[in-house]
Amino acid sequence: MSETTATEKRSWRETWQKIAMGSALTSVLAVVAALIVGAILIAAADDQVQKTAGYFFARPTDFLWAVCSKVGSAYAALFQGAVINFGAASISEAFAPLMDTLSMSVPLIFAGLGLGMGFRAGLFNIGGQGQIIFGAIICGYIGFAVPMPPVLHMIVCVLGAFIGGALWGFIPGALKAWTGANEVIVTIMLNYIASYFLAFLLTLDAFQVPDSNVPVSPLIQSTARFPSFFGTRVDLGFVLAIAAAVGVWYLMERTTLGFSIRAVGLNPDAARTAGMSVPGSTIWVMVIAGGLAGLAATSQLLSSASATLTAGIASTFGVDAITVALLGRSKPLGTVLAGLLFGGLRAGGYLMQVLTDTPIDVILVLQSVIVLLIAAPPLVRAIFRLPDPERRKKKREKKALKAREAVA
Amino acid sequence: MSEQSTMKRIELREPHVLAPISWKNPIIYSVLTFISLVIIFFLNSDAASKFVIDTGTTGIPLISFELPTQLTVVSMTILEAVLAAVSWLLTSRREKNGVWLPIVFGLAFVVAFLTAAVGGNEQSLPVTSLLTGALFLSTPLIFGALSGCICEHVGVINVAIEGQLLMGAFLAAVVGSVTRNPWLGLICAPLAGAFLGALLALFAVRYWVDHIIVGVVLNVLATGLTSYLFSTVLSDNSELFQSAVKLPTWPIPLLSQIPVLGPVLFNQNVLVYVMYIAVILLQILMFKSRWGLRMRACGEHPKAADTVGIKVNTTRIRNTILGGAIAGLGGAFFTVANGLIFAKDMSSGRGYIALAAMILGAWTPRGAVAAALLFGFADNLQNVLSVMGVAIPSQFMLMAPYLITVLAVAGLVGKVRAPAMEGVAYKG
Repeated sequence: MSETTATEKRSWRETWQKIAMGSALTSVLAVVAALIVGAILIAAADDQVQKTAGYFFARPTDFLWAVCSKVGSAYAALFQGAVINFGAASISEAFAPLMDTLSMSVPLIFAGLGLGMGFRAGLFNIGGQGQIIFGAIICGYIGFAVPMPPVLHMIVCVLGAFIGGALWGFIPGALKAWTGANEVIVTIMLNYIASYFLAFLLTLDAFQVPDSNVPVSPLIQSTARFPSFFGTRVDLGFVLAIAAAVGVWYLMERTTLGFSIRAVGLNPDAARTAGMSVPGSTIWVMVIAGGLAGLAATSQLLSSASATLTAGIASTFGVDAITVALLGRSKPLGTVLAGLLFGGLRAGGYLMQVLTDTPIDVILVLQSVIVLLIAAPPLVRAIFRLPDPERRKKKREKKALKAREAVA
Repeated sequence: MSEQSTMKRIELREPHVLAPISWKNPIIYSVLTFISLVIIFFLNSDAASKFVIDTGTTGIPLISFELPTQLTVVSMTILEAVLAAVSWLLTSRREKNGVWLPIVFGLAFVVAFLTAAVGGNEQSLPVTSLLTGALFLSTPLIFGALSGCICEHVGVINVAIEGQLLMGAFLAAVVGSVTRNPWLGLICAPLAGAFLGALLALFAVRYWVDHIIVGVVLNVLATGLTSYLFSTVLSDNSELFQSAVKLPTWPIPLLSQIPVLGPVLFNQNVLVYVMYIAVILLQILMFKSRWGLRMRACGEHPKAADTVGIKVNTTRIRNTILGGAIAGLGGAFFTVANGLIFAKDMSSGRGYIALAAMILGAWTPRGAVAAALLFGFADNLQNVLSVMGVAIPSQFMLMAPYLITVLAVAGLVGKVRAPAMEGVAYKG
C-alpha cells in the first residue's frame, strides 16, 4: 500500500519534472512573462492609472480597477484582432481576424525559414531586408509591366521573387566563401544598398505610373494575383509558405546537401576533413535562404488588389524574421509556429491600437521579451520558481555516491 | 622555445611548400580603377571643378581654386592604375602591399570622385564644412565602435550597439528636457546604455544565450520600449518631456585658431572632445595596461585567464556594462548634442554601421575611428552635394559608403582575426 503511493508520488514528481524541463512549458511561461511586462507598460502609460496611483494609499481599489480595465481591454482587443471576434454577425466574420493572422504570418514564415537555414549553417544572415527588396523588385516589375495569361503570370512572378532574393543572397555567400568576408557586415551593407537601389528605380519612368512623378509603381496586374480561399484574406501564399516549410525540412533533414549544410554549421573543420565543400555549402545556403526571403515579397505584391511596388515594400519583415527564426530555433515547424504567433501579434496589435489607443510598439517589447526568455530557460525557471532538472539529477547522483561510500 | 626550433626545422626541410597567393587586394584596386575609368566617359570635356577652403568659423574663403575636371580625373585614374599595377606586382612577388599604397590609392579615388561630382557646377565645394560635418556625423559611430571593441575583446559580441545608442539618445533627451539642462542629459545617457549592456551581460554571460541573438533582440526591445514611451508618455506631456536642449559649442582657445584644421577639430561640443579622449585612452589602455591585458585574455583564452586568477565572467560582465555605457554616451549625439528632441527610431541603423566600422577597423580603436570617419565623410558628402544640386542620383551617393565597405571587407579585412573566444560562453 505504502509502496504504491511512494511510486505514484515519484511518478508524479517525474512527470512534473518532465513538464518543467520541457521546452513547451518554458515557451508558454515566456509568453506569460512577456504579457506581464507588456501589461506593466500598458498600465503605466494610461492616464486613468496615473491619476488613481496618485491616491493609491487612500483608495487602492480605484487604482487596481483602472489597471485591470486598461490592461484587460487592451489584451481583449489584441485577442479579438488576432484570433476571433465574438461580436461578429456571422461565423466567417468571427474568424476573419484569424484569417488576418494567417495572411500576416506569410512573409514572416518565408523570411524566417530563409534566415533559419542560414543560422543552422552557422551563417548570421541579417540580409533578409535586402533580399526581400530584390525579390520585390523582380516580382513587382514582372507583375505590373509584363502582360501574361493568368496562372502563368503568377508562377513567373513567384519565380522572379525567388530569383531576386537568391541573387541578393548569392553575393554575401560568394564573398564569404571566396574571400572570407564577414557575412554580418556584408548583409547589413547590402540591405542599405538594396533599399537605395529600389528608391532609385522608383524615380525612373519605367517604374512609375505614366505621367506621374510619384515614386510608386503601377498596380500589379490582376492576372498575377494569388487566388484566395472562400473570399477570406488567406490565399495561395499561405499554402506556399507551408509548402516551403515542408520543403526546407526535407532539404535539411533528408538530402545530402542538407546534411552537409548542417555539418558545416556545427563544425566546419570536421566537415572539411570529411570531404565536404565548406565554400560550396555556404554559397548554396545563402542562395536558397535569399530566395526564400525573396518569396516574402510575394505576399506583399500578389495578395491584394491594390498592391504596388513602393519604397517601403519590405516593411520591417527582414528584422522581424530574425526574431521569428530565433524563436523557432531555426527549425521549419518552429518557424511556422513563431511566424503565426508574431503574425497574430501584428494583426491584433493594429486593432489594439485603434480600439484602446495603445501604440502597436508595445508588440515589439512583447516579441523581444518572449525570444529572450525562451533563449534562457534557467531564467524562466528562476522567475517562476520551477525546479532545475539538472540540479535534481546532480543531487541524486551525489546521494547515490554517498550511499555507495557508506557501504564500502 | 623548443617548439619554435622544431618549427624552423620543418620549414628548412620543406622550403617549397608555400601558401597560395591571395589576389584580393590587386583585384579590389583594379575594380576601383575601372570605376574611375567609367566615370571619365560621363564627363564634360571643358568643365571645371571649383573648390573652396574657408576658415570654418566665419565662412570667409581662404583659398578657392578650380581644377579642370577631365584632366584631374584622368590623371588620378592613371595614378590609380599605376598603383593597382604595383599591387599586382608586389602580390605576385609575395610582398606585402604596405600602408602607403591603400592610403594614396584611397586619396586618389576620393579626389577623382569629388572632382567628377562637382564638375561643371556653378558653386564651389566647401571643403572645410565638408570635413567639419563629417567629423560631427561620425561621432556616434565612433562611440559605438569603441563600445564594440571593448566588448569583443573581452569575449562578448555586442550587436546591441544600435539599441544602446537609441536608449542613450532617449534618456539624454528626456532628462535634458525635464531638467532643462543638456549636461544632465549627457551624464544620464551612459546609464541607459549601461542598462542595456547589463542585460546583454546577464543573458550572454550568466545564461549562455547566443550573443548575437541577445544583441538583435535587445535592439528590438530598445526600439519597442522607446517608441512606445514616445507615443504615450512623451506625446501626452510634450511640454515637459519634449523640449529641445542643446550642448553649447566650445571653441578651444588657441587650437581652434589654426586655419582649416582648428575649426574642424576644435570648434565642436563637449561630446566630440570626450570622444577624442576616449579614443586615445582606450587605444593605449587596451593594449598597454593591466586592465587591457586582462580583458583581452578573457576574450582570447578564458581558460588561461582563469588559471592565472582572473575572474573571467566578472571581467566580462563589467566590461560589457562599460561598453554599453560608452555606446549610450554616443547616443546623446542624436538628441542633446544636436539640440533635437527624441524621435522614433532616430538612430536609424547607425549601431550596425558602427559594428561594421569596428570590424573594418580590425578590432582596434584606431582602426575603428578611421572606418567611422569614412562613413561620416560619405554621409556628409551626400548632404553637401545634394545642397549643391549635383547631378548624380542621390541614391547612388548614399550607396557609396556601403559599397566601399563591402569591397573593403571582401578585400582588406579577410586576414584580420577577431578575438579567438568571442561569443563563446565560459562555463569554468
